[in-house]
Amino acid sequence: MSDFAVPAHPPFRPMMLINDRRYRGYTIQVVVFILIMAAAWWLIGNTIENLSRLGKDFNFDFLWKRAGYDIPQVLIPYTADSSHMRAAVVGLLNTLLVAVLGCITATIIGVTAGVLRLSNNWLVARLMTIYVELFRNIPLLLWILVVYAVFTESLPAPRAYSGADPAAHMILFDSIALTNRYTAIPTLNLLHSHGSLNIGWGVTINWATIAYIVVLVLAILAHRALGRWARARQNLTGVRPRTWPISAALFVLPLVALWLYFGIEVVRPTLKGFNFAGGVNVHNALVALWLALSLYTGAFIAEIVRAGVLAVSKGQSEASYALGLSRRRTMSLVVLPQALRVIIPPLISQFLNLTKNSSLAIATGYMDLKATLGGTTLNQTGRELESMVLMMGIYLVLSLIISSAMNLFNARVRLRER
Amino acid sequence: MKLAILFGTATAAALLAGGAMADTLADVKARGMLNCGVNTGLVGFAAPDANGNWQGFDIAVCKAVAAAVLGDASKVKYVPTTGQTRFTALSSGEVDVLARNSTVTFSRDTDLKLDFVAINYYDGQGFMVPKSLGVTSAKELDGATVCIQTGTTTELNLADYFRANNMKYQPVNIDSNAEGEQQYLAGACDAYTTDASGLAATRAAFANPDDHIILPEIISKEPLAVAVRHGDNNWGDIVRWTFFALVAAEEYGITSANLDEQANTSQNPEVQRLLGKTDDLGKMIGLDAEWAKRAIAASGNYGEIFNATIGEATPIKLARGLNAQWTQGGLMYAPPFR
Repeated sequence: MSDFAVPAHPPFRPMMLINDRRYRGYTIQVVVFILIMAAAWWLIGNTIENLSRLGKDFNFDFLWKRAGYDIPQVLIPYTADSSHMRAAVVGLLNTLLVAVLGCITATIIGVTAGVLRLSNNWLVARLMTIYVELFRNIPLLLWILVVYAVFTESLPAPRAYSGADPAAHMILFDSIALTNRYTAIPTLNLLHSHGSLNIGWGVTINWATIAYIVVLVLAILAHRALGRWARARQNLTGVRPRTWPISAALFVLPLVALWLYFGIEVVRPTLKGFNFAGGVNVHNALVALWLALSLYTGAFIAEIVRAGVLAVSKGQSEASYALGLSRRRTMSLVVLPQALRVIIPPLISQFLNLTKNSSLAIATGYMDLKATLGGTTLNQTGRELESMVLMMGIYLVLSLIISSAMNLFNARVRLRER
Repeated sequence: MKLAILFGTATAAALLAGGAMADTLADVKARGMLNCGVNTGLVGFAAPDANGNWQGFDIAVCKAVAAAVLGDASKVKYVPTTGQTRFTALSSGEVDVLARNSTVTFSRDTDLKLDFVAINYYDGQGFMVPKSLGVTSAKELDGATVCIQTGTTTELNLADYFRANNMKYQPVNIDSNAEGEQQYLAGACDAYTTDASGLAATRAAFANPDDHIILPEIISKEPLAVAVRHGDNNWGDIVRWTFFALVAAEEYGITSANLDEQANTSQNPEVQRLLGKTDDLGKMIGLDAEWAKRAIAASGNYGEIFNATIGEATPIKLARGLNAQWTQGGLMYAPPFR
C-alpha cells in the first residue's frame, strides 16, 4: 500500500558507535561495565595482596573450630564446645526470630496507627500523629537503649521475689514473674512423653508437638472443605447448611483426644538460687529489641498505610456507606483491600529495614548474627574479612528471600486488568 | 590506554602504602605524632580526665614511647578502641602501638599476626558481687547471671570455669565497661566478671564502693601487654625496650625527680648505659642516646606510674602484687641494658 520507499540502513561504520544515537547507548554501557569490573578486580586483587603482605590468608577453616563462648538464648542446642559455625547459626536463628516477630507486630501496629491517624476523632488522630512523628524522627538505636533501660531500671531483680515477705509479686495467678533480666513464663509439660524425633544437627522435636501440628493442619483443611461443601450446597438449594457445630467439633474433639492421650501439666517458674527455673525465661534483650523495632518500623508502616488509604478514591467509601456498610466494615472490606496495592511495595522495604536493623541487637546484648559471627567469633578468631564477607552474604540472601516472598504476595493482590 | 594508567597508578599507590607500613619508626617520625590505641575509658588505665587529657597506666606507656621516639611526651594521638575494634585498628595501621589491657594469647600472637612486646600488668580474671548477695566465693555462683564483655578472653574463661566446676550461669553480653557497670548496678546481673584490675577500677568509680566485694578466686592468667604489628621488628624493639627502661629505672632507683642527677653522677655502669652516658644503646634501635632518659622523664619509672595511676594511694587501690619488681617478690624484670 505504501508508496514511499523505506530509507535503506546506511552501512555500519565504527565511528557510528560514538556518533550514531542508536549505537551510542550500547557503547556507553559496555564502557561503564568494563570500568566497574576493572575497579572490582583491582579492589579484590589489592585486598588479597595486602592480606598476604600482612601474612594473613583467606579461609573459612575457623568455622569448624570450638567456639568456647556461651550464648544466653539458643533456639537449637548449643554449648561452648560447639563450633563457630553452629554459633553463627544460633545467631542467625535469633536474628530470624526477632525479625519475624518484629515484622508481625510492626505490621499490626502500623496498620492500626495508620488507619487511626485518619480517624475523625480529633484526640485519637493527634495521638497517632505524635506516635508516628516521635518514632520516625529519633534514631532507632536510642529507642532500643531507652526501652532496654526502662526494663532494666524499672523492674525488680529476681532476688526481690525471694523471702517470706517478698518485695515483688508474680502476676497472673502467680505464674509470670517480671524481672529486670527476663520474664519468667510457665511452660507446658507432657505427662506421658512418647519420645521425640531427631531431625539432625542435634535438633529434636517432640512427637506430641508434631501430633498437635498435624491435627491442627488437618482440622483447618477439613474446615475449608466443609466451607466449600456448604457454598456448593447454597448455590444449589439457596439454603446454607449450618456448619459451625461440625467445625467446632473438628477443632475441639481431636485436640481433647490428644490432650487426654499425652496429658499436659503447667510448669510454673520458681525462684531457685539466683534465678527462676522451671518455666521459660524470655530475656529482656529480646523483648526490648522486639518492642523497639516494632514501634519504630510501625511508625513508618503507619505512614505507608495512611498513604495507601488516602490513595483509594473517596467515591469507594461513599458508595460503601450508601450500601449501608458501617465505617469499620467499609475500611476492612472496601478500602484496605484496594489500598494494599499501594501499601505492599513500600512495605517490603520496611520489612527489609527491620530485618537489617535487628543487627543493632548488640546494644541490648541480644546475641544475633552480628553479635555471634560478626562479634565474638570475629574477635576471638581475628578473621575480620571472612566473617564480614560471610555476614554480608547471609544478610543479602535473607533480604532477597524476604523481598521475593513479598513480591509474590504483591503479584497476587495487584490490580488485575481483564 | 586509560586503563593502563589507572592500573599503573593503583599499583604504585599499593606499593607505596605497603612500603610505608613496614617502617613504623620512619612513619611516626614523619608524622611527628604517635597514634596510640587505648581503652575507650577505664579509670586508672586509660580515661580522659575532667579537662579531657588522657590519664592512666596505659597512657603512660604511650607517653614514654612518644618521648623516646619524638622527644615530646605530648605528641600522642589517643585512639579509643573497644574490645572488638582494637586488633583491627592495629593491623590496619590506624594505630602504631596498642596499649589497652589486652591479654597475650597464643592465637593472638600467631594467627592475628600481632607482637606482644612487653607485659605491663600481670592480671587475672575475677568476679565482683554486691555484698548484700551474701556470696563469699566464686564457687557459690551456680545459677547466677553474669555480666561479661563480649569478644574478650574473659568470655572464654568464664565459660571454661563454670564448666570445669560443673556450675551453670546465664551470661549477659555487654559491649563496654561502662555498659557493664550500669547493668551490674541495676541488678541485671548478679556478678560482673573481668580482669581483677578492671573490677577494682570499675568499683572505684561507684558511689558506694564498699557495698561490693571482689571474690577471692582468680580464674585465669591475664598478662596484659603492649602490642605492635608483626613484622616490623625494629619498632617492636623500640616499644619493648622503652617499657623495660621504665622497669629498670625503678629497679635502679631512678625517678623523675632524680633523673638528671643520676644521669650526671651515677657510677653504676648499667645506669650510665641506660641513660645514654656510655655505649649509645639508642643508636642500635634508630634513636638518639637520651631516648630512655626522656621516656623515664615522661611519667616517671614503672613504680611511679603504678602508684600514681592505680596504686594503693589512688581510688583504684591495687596492690603491687605480681607487678612488684623481681627484687620485691614480683614478676617485673627488665633484662640487662648492655
